[in-house]
Amino acid sequence: MSVSVDATPVEASGSALRPHAEHAFAAELAALAAQDDRPRPARWKLSPWAVATYLLGGTLPDGTVITPKYVGPRRIVEVAVTTLATDRALLLLGVPGTAKTWVSEHLAAAVSGDSTLLVQGTAGTPEEAIRYGWNYARLLAHGPSRDALVPSPVMRAMAEGMTARVEELTRIPADVQDTLITILSEKTLPIPELGQEVQAVRGFNLIATANDRDRGVNDLSSALRRRFNTVVLPLPESADAEVDIVTRRVEQIGRSLDLPAAPDGIEEIHRVVTVFRELRDGITADGRTKLKSPSGTLSTAEAISVVTSGLALAAHFGDGVLRPGDVAAGILGAVVRDPAADRVIWQEYLETVVRERDGWKDFYRACREVSV
Amino acid sequence: MSDSAGGGAFASGALLLGVRHHGPGSARAVRAALDAARPGVVLIEGPPEADPLIPLAADPGLRPPVALLAHAVDEPGRSAFWPFAEFSPEWVAIRWALEQGVPARFIDLPATHTLAWQDEEAPPGPGPGDADGKDGAGGEGTEADRIRVDPLAVLAGTAGYDDPERWWEDVVEHRGPGAADPFAPFAALEEAMGALRERYGAGGRPRDLVREAHMRLQVRAARREFGDAVAVVCGAWHVPALRHRSAVAADRALLKGLPKVKADLTWVPWTHRRLARSSGYGAGIESPGWYGHLFRVPDRPVERWLTKVAGLLREEDRIVSSAHVIEAVRLAGTLAALRGRPLPGLGETTEAVRAVMCDGSDVPLALVHDRLVVGDVLGEVPESAPAVPLQRDLAREQRRLRLKPEALERELELDLRKDTDAGRSRLLHRLRLLGVGWGEPAHSRGSTGTFRETWRLRWEPELSVRVAEAGVWGTTVLAAATARAESDATTAGALAEVTALAEHCLLAGLPDALPVVMRVLADRAALDTDAGHLAQALPALVRSLRYGDVRGTDTGALAEVAAGLAERVFVGLPPACAALDADAAEEMRGHVDAVHTAVGLLAETLTGTAADAHGDLRGRWRSVLRALALRDAVAGVVRGRALRLLLDDGALEPGEAARLMGLVLSPGTPPADAAAWIEGFAGGGGGMLLVHDERLLGLVDTWLTGVSAEAFTDVLPLLRRTFSVYEPGVRRTLGELVRRGPGTTRGPDARAGDTPGFAADLDLRRADAVLPVLRLLLGPDTEHPGTSDHNSLAGVGT
Repeated sequence: MSVSVDATPVEASGSALRPHAEHAFAAELAALAAQDDRPRPARWKLSPWAVATYLLGGTLPDGTVITPKYVGPRRIVEVAVTTLATDRALLLLGVPGTAKTWVSEHLAAAVSGDSTLLVQGTAGTPEEAIRYGWNYARLLAHGPSRDALVPSPVMRAMAEGMTARVEELTRIPADVQDTLITILSEKTLPIPELGQEVQAVRGFNLIATANDRDRGVNDLSSALRRRFNTVVLPLPESADAEVDIVTRRVEQIGRSLDLPAAPDGIEEIHRVVTVFRELRDGITADGRTKLKSPSGTLSTAEAISVVTSGLALAAHFGDGVLRPGDVAAGILGAVVRDPAADRVIWQEYLETVVRERDGWKDFYRACREVSV
Repeated sequence: MSDSAGGGAFASGALLLGVRHHGPGSARAVRAALDAARPGVVLIEGPPEADPLIPLAADPGLRPPVALLAHAVDEPGRSAFWPFAEFSPEWVAIRWALEQGVPARFIDLPATHTLAWQDEEAPPGPGPGDADGKDGAGGEGTEADRIRVDPLAVLAGTAGYDDPERWWEDVVEHRGPGAADPFAPFAALEEAMGALRERYGAGGRPRDLVREAHMRLQVRAARREFGDAVAVVCGAWHVPALRHRSAVAADRALLKGLPKVKADLTWVPWTHRRLARSSGYGAGIESPGWYGHLFRVPDRPVERWLTKVAGLLREEDRIVSSAHVIEAVRLAGTLAALRGRPLPGLGETTEAVRAVMCDGSDVPLALVHDRLVVGDVLGEVPESAPAVPLQRDLAREQRRLRLKPEALERELELDLRKDTDAGRSRLLHRLRLLGVGWGEPAHSRGSTGTFRETWRLRWEPELSVRVAEAGVWGTTVLAAATARAESDATTAGALAEVTALAEHCLLAGLPDALPVVMRVLADRAALDTDAGHLAQALPALVRSLRYGDVRGTDTGALAEVAAGLAERVFVGLPPACAALDADAAEEMRGHVDAVHTAVGLLAETLTGTAADAHGDLRGRWRSVLRALALRDAVAGVVRGRALRLLLDDGALEPGEAARLMGLVLSPGTPPADAAAWIEGFAGGGGGMLLVHDERLLGLVDTWLTGVSAEAFTDVLPLLRRTFSVYEPGVRRTLGELVRRGPGTTRGPDARAGDTPGFAADLDLRRADAVLPVLRLLLGPDTEHPGTSDHNSLAGVGT
């Protein structure tokens, strides 16, 4: 069986804007492979144990330091790797900004040494993107044949026993999603036009990511859901970790937008993260008061965008220092998604929590100003 | 019982079976070892006073989980528990002995001494178990103290495990039955413990040495009585010490002069939940349900467990197929391999359930944890078991308060200012909380003061049964009522229930339960989205606050919660008043009234307390009322009411009120809405106010005369509806006033220095009319000359 594979020229020289995981961390992968003496499933580049080490970080016997790729609960990585080893498909769920894509890319890089067999899910993803398409010039010239077939990343992964990735699975229309059912349960991809089929080689597997709190998504059918083991990637565990993530991302974005660096921003960032965490978790940081949660996601990604736009406000219209007034409007916009219910929740939060907190007077006043 | 079968077992003295309390693997191993060795007597770590209770274990009415409860006779609050689950090695040993007809004995230090120790220990030892009297002396690790060594943690750490529980599971609990040599695991464990004891000695628990000395003496005595075939089941930690040969005299010396209290023991029912560590019992285990499963299943524990989980999830209407179970078993197995464990444990199976059956969600997983991993198994105790200490405590309280239980119904008047009566009231309230309905509160005759209570008392025989049932909550009435109130608070369904419970806690004098109840109340209030519920809860809460003040209870937490609740009502009320139908609007008007009264009381009570930081409650409530009065979307009756309340508070200029009234009653407003507004403004008992407050009447009159002729015929029926509910007298007076013309008594020149709502001069005719009544009240001889009377009457008129 031969499937024509147009090998994409890989930019390994380092001039790529963002190199693939298997190139960026080639040295670590090589060191792991060299010292990995545990059994590997068929066509895996590393043993499951080494894959887990690659993601979680550690020090190898020869002193090579593996940087942690994912900072979070160990069990999540263990379950994810084990799922792939039992040739069940893996579904990574989580709100935006919880490193779903990042984890999936590194898993594919460590398991198959290739993270590029990727289908990006959108509302317009066609069936061809998951199964196969046709090279119509050839089709017309020579009639249907394997040569006229354009394989999808999933088809290539099946033929070569690699790991395929599907991003944003729930954005794909339901009927297109369901083409995955045969692939995942029968492990074959029929080509009725040729009376042939592609059978998955051992080592084939699929990692999908999906956003579980987004509205307007196409929920998975139970038939498809049954084919996946689901792992939910949690939001950052502690406020400090989240502040750290927000600060780093805001700096990166700020640099690319050429915003002047804010000297006194950390206090406001801390405040934004605290507000988001408290409302999201439905409990105050000191664990003493319960709160209602608004309908919005309030993900870390949104906190980042609130701070970024606050910085832009401060830079262009203020004195360059991030002040409560610069983030208040952004927070209000992120929290109050449903004008009736969320507004009550926000005001309750303002009156019962923010008003009495030490050092939050300015913030309270700024929020009152934009709320009324 | 010949020892031919297990002759080798007793070669080196008594057969010492070191176990982990509540370890199913240990329990299995103990049974296998006992079967192999066939000892003539079984000695078990536990209080020897419980020996007469052992035969009860054969009673089919005694079903584990149960606990041996020891309590001081004179002080039922001082108690200790030795819990047994079906999979506890000690329980297995007891059952084995009873089945084989072999005597079983408890050999630990008598509860007489351990209970007395507790007393000495209490002040310096802030252990979690001490405070609530659950500090069982039976288990290793009960005395939670950071300095004391956890032997398992050391062993597990040496073996490269970060979690001692997991190490124990891997090495001991996960051993299937039918190992080649039933004594081998005990020998290995003894060796390991021996090494530990050599290194750490008593592990910072000097009292263990005393207990071990007692156990050694008991073992020696048993060997004299029954020969060599003696088996001992005790915590693994004690095995090396029991093996140690020490002089009898030295052991006796250790036991000399121990403090003593008179102790009594009985069996009490226990639950899996209380076995679980999360209930605060030190020697507990996290997963009694899982251990019970491991103990019960004949083989393939993981497959059977996951099938059970699937069954539970199906019952709860989750779609879980056999394919899910298969995949979960595969995932658990591979995960265990990845983690280098011989068999999937609870951790691996839980991960598998989460990823395969629960779509990664923790919500159904919490259900699995609650129902299966912990499990809601409730033990049972036969009626022949001795009485629980709660009964004794109740009897003592009854004696102390001179309140005899009588079958005849009688009424009891209590004056809460007297100590004894206050104590009686608290006792009756506490019993009511516990479901022991000895007294029912009745309406006080004559007096309505808050310091009086009337009870109807009647002791029915079945109340004794209720008391026995309530024994699970605690050993004294106070402790039991506190525990019950806390439990009721966490399981309460509606916000109003929790508020009522808070009130009850104050009445019953349960200050310790109050923080929990308050916490639940605050949480409920925070999460309740119905402003009506919140508005309903506030008055009751403020009432309890005032009442607590009367009784001198510390109500700081209560005030805090009440103030927070008021804030939430302020935020939630305006949106909740919009777009209501007539009935809902009428209900909401009641809420607004109730909140208004409550806020007044609350602001008064809070003055000068810590919760005063909430600042100007009244002012904020007024701004809420103003928002209600001005918002068009708010139902008319509520708007009218809000305006009226503002006017009564003097927070609104009469001119402004008149303008708003005119606005509402103008032809542009639908007639139904206008009528509702007037109903809200002047409805209910508002007629009297119109009589006495000519300013209000003037407003209505001005408006009415300003209404155009055709509009007048429209509003007439609506007005009639409002005014027809007034009492005839009020209606007549109003009519007279209007005929006279409310404007005539107050000329434009008389306004200066006038109190709003009052005429410039005293109405002597009306004042004189009161004089006969006043004379009747004050006595016939008080004939004061007119002027002073007139002055005081001016105040009465308001």
